[in-house]
Amino acid sequence: MTATGTKSAAAKAGTKVMTLLEAITDAMRTEMRNDDRVVVFGEDVGKKGGVFGATMGLFDEFGEKRCFDTPLSECGIVGTAVGMAVYGLRPIAEIQFLDFIYPAFDQIVSEAAKMRYRSGGEYTCPLVIRSPYGGGIRGGHYHSQSSEAYFCHTPGLKVVIPSTPADAKGLLVASIRDEDPVMFLEPKALYRHAKGEVPTGEHVVPIGKARIAREGTDVTVLCYGAMVPVCEQAAQAAAEQGRSVEVIDLRTLVPLDEAAVIASVKKTGRCVVVYEAPKTCGYGAELSAIVAEKCIEYLEGPIVRVAGFDTPFPYTLEHLYMPDQKRVLAGIDKTFAW
Amino acid sequence: MSLELLSILDQDGKAQKGKDPNLPPKELQKLYRLMVATRALDDRGLALQRQGRIGFYLQSTGQEASHLGAAYALKDSDWLFPAYRQPGILLLRSVPIEQIVCEWFGNEGDTSKGRQMPVHYSFRQANFVSISSPIGTQLTQAAGAGMAARIRGDDTVFMTFCGDGGTSSNDFHTGLNFAAVYKAPVVFVCENNGWAISVPSSKQTVSESMAIKAEAYGMPGVRVDGNDVLAVYRVCKEAVDRARKGEGPTLVETVTYRIASHSSSDDAARYRDAKEFEAWKKKDPIARFQQYLKHKKLWTEAFEQECLEGAKADIAAAVKAAEARPNPGPETMFDDVYMNPTPQLKEQRQELHELMQKGGVGADVGHFPL
Ligand SMILES: Cc1ncc(C[n+]2csc(CCOP(=O)(O)OP(=O)(O)O)c2C)c(N)n1
Ligand SMILES: [Mg+2]
Repeated sequence: MTATGTKSAAAKAGTKVMTLLEAITDAMRTEMRNDDRVVVFGEDVGKKGGVFGATMGLFDEFGEKRCFDTPLSECGIVGTAVGMAVYGLRPIAEIQFLDFIYPAFDQIVSEAAKMRYRSGGEYTCPLVIRSPYGGGIRGGHYHSQSSEAYFCHTPGLKVVIPSTPADAKGLLVASIRDEDPVMFLEPKALYRHAKGEVPTGEHVVPIGKARIAREGTDVTVLCYGAMVPVCEQAAQAAAEQGRSVEVIDLRTLVPLDEAAVIASVKKTGRCVVVYEAPKTCGYGAELSAIVAEKCIEYLEGPIVRVAGFDTPFPYTLEHLYMPDQKRVLAGIDKTFAW
Repeated sequence: MSLELLSILDQDGKAQKGKDPNLPPKELQKLYRLMVATRALDDRGLALQRQGRIGFYLQSTGQEASHLGAAYALKDSDWLFPAYRQPGILLLRSVPIEQIVCEWFGNEGDTSKGRQMPVHYSFRQANFVSISSPIGTQLTQAAGAGMAARIRGDDTVFMTFCGDGGTSSNDFHTGLNFAAVYKAPVVFVCENNGWAISVPSSKQTVSESMAIKAEAYGMPGVRVDGNDVLAVYRVCKEAVDRARKGEGPTLVETVTYRIASHSSSDDAARYRDAKEFEAWKKKDPIARFQQYLKHKKLWTEAFEQECLEGAKADIAAAVKAAEARPNPGPETMFDDVYMNPTPQLKEQRQELHELMQKGGVGADVGHFPL
């Protein structure tokens, strides 16, 4: 196969209302049309179109050579993706649930993440690992985890988590075009719940740029993925109590848009960090440390983390485990009660 | 080299001469009763899911002979490291149906305290080790448990299950290798039901069978008709006996079919050929065994009624009792992470308690789509 690379921007196109899931499919379809190095594979992604439907239609349009089912082995999926990327393809490997990624951990952490560095830049590993993460679907331990922190802790990997359909498309396109391995984690709770306008043609959202989801002046709430709408609702409720909350959707955990975080905290003087992963050593711990290091003198109250509890993800009590609007509001209260 | 597909019963339930394990009539009837009850349990589980009363269900329909025939070869003191498609073993091991159903509801009567999705059982009383979702992990664990029994000098045998998809997992290869190297008393049962969700077994491997993979690990591999309960029983009994004698592990491939969709969230009609499905439906393991019992004059209409209606009544009573039980209390979420909760867990439990006192916490959660 010869590499044609990425064609230049398509003609201005309109937009269409899509779910976050449809936007992800659209991103892959767009890039597969643009660049014949892009291949998509994983468990059930072919004829079935993925267990959530993210690859729906790709098998029909691009055939089995570019969209195929694999044997049931995450190690196999990621290991072969590494080989393909090293050789010159742009593989998109789907891991059916982030909870099932661990057999591939070695290939991700020891191989994909270090290929560029250990070869002195001779070999690179431009691949995307897409995987649904997070709770909210009554999936119990093994269909709900939010284990982004493991990957953020691995130099060499980029970690991207969209929260809106337009970002899902634009960030996925950027991830596919990126020269480094990207963990593209999809908030499955929003797959069908998040709906919005998405450009139908060329649409790229750069990796490493946060988004102000809601402007405010009294307190900054840092969040990503499925926690973004929860925080937006909390911000709305807080507004009704006379508090102006700024919600920052990080969009990219690695590399982090530190400037956006610091600018917002300097402006508001208060900071709440929200994530659904277990609290201890979660990504919010890193955010808290950065805020403390870089702008503690601006803070008018403690940095507060609102997170999942330090337990495995439960089934029946899931609704209490997941941070919700009330818990975010309680966190906001704490930053004022000082 | 090619492995023969072992069978005893033909499609009309006639046993081949010299192969019938000649189980006593009472045992044959017990096996039949268990198969019928397992199907009734699965039917009820799916119905409850469809009615929105439980969140998820996964049936073993069509695989009753495969898992019950296998586990029937064990002693009660032997251990199981199951996958998620062997519910009949719980009935075989006399787990009260109400406890099974409590697991579906994830309520306070559930042995795993509502922590896992439906059908991920744990029953220590039945030597039935906690099921997890990640495919294949139990295979290596069974090898390790077998190694432990050898170290201790126990004569316990371990049976572990996986699907055709499971043979592609890292643990399948490692588990078989370790078990063989250490001559662990393990029977690996691969229920080849043709499908791993939407992926046909022909895409898992180009080996001519799953059983033949045993050769590479230096253990016997046997292929058996998984819809023939007597054949599965016989093959597994030989494997269990070998294991108990210290002769090491065996891989048994039961060739069967997943009659239902993968789970309550899947629709197999989207990717599966109706002809294939219809052909397998005709090979129903319960119907075939019923024919056999008829030839032996061990089956009557009255017996059938008693098996089916008895099972349905027991299940109905269990559902009624289970559904009335409350969910585990919020504080239980913090138990069993460790033997003793850490200071952080205690603090978080207190934090949740205080929030709940103020009222209103608890996010809306959706439905399981897979
Ligand atoms: C490691 C891992 N990857 C993916 C999944 C998602 N998943 C659940 S069941 C399944 C198919 C399993 O097929 P098979 O092993 O043949 O068992 P069967 O369902 O047919 O009994 C998949 C891919 C999982 N549970 N674990
Ligand atoms: Mg299968």
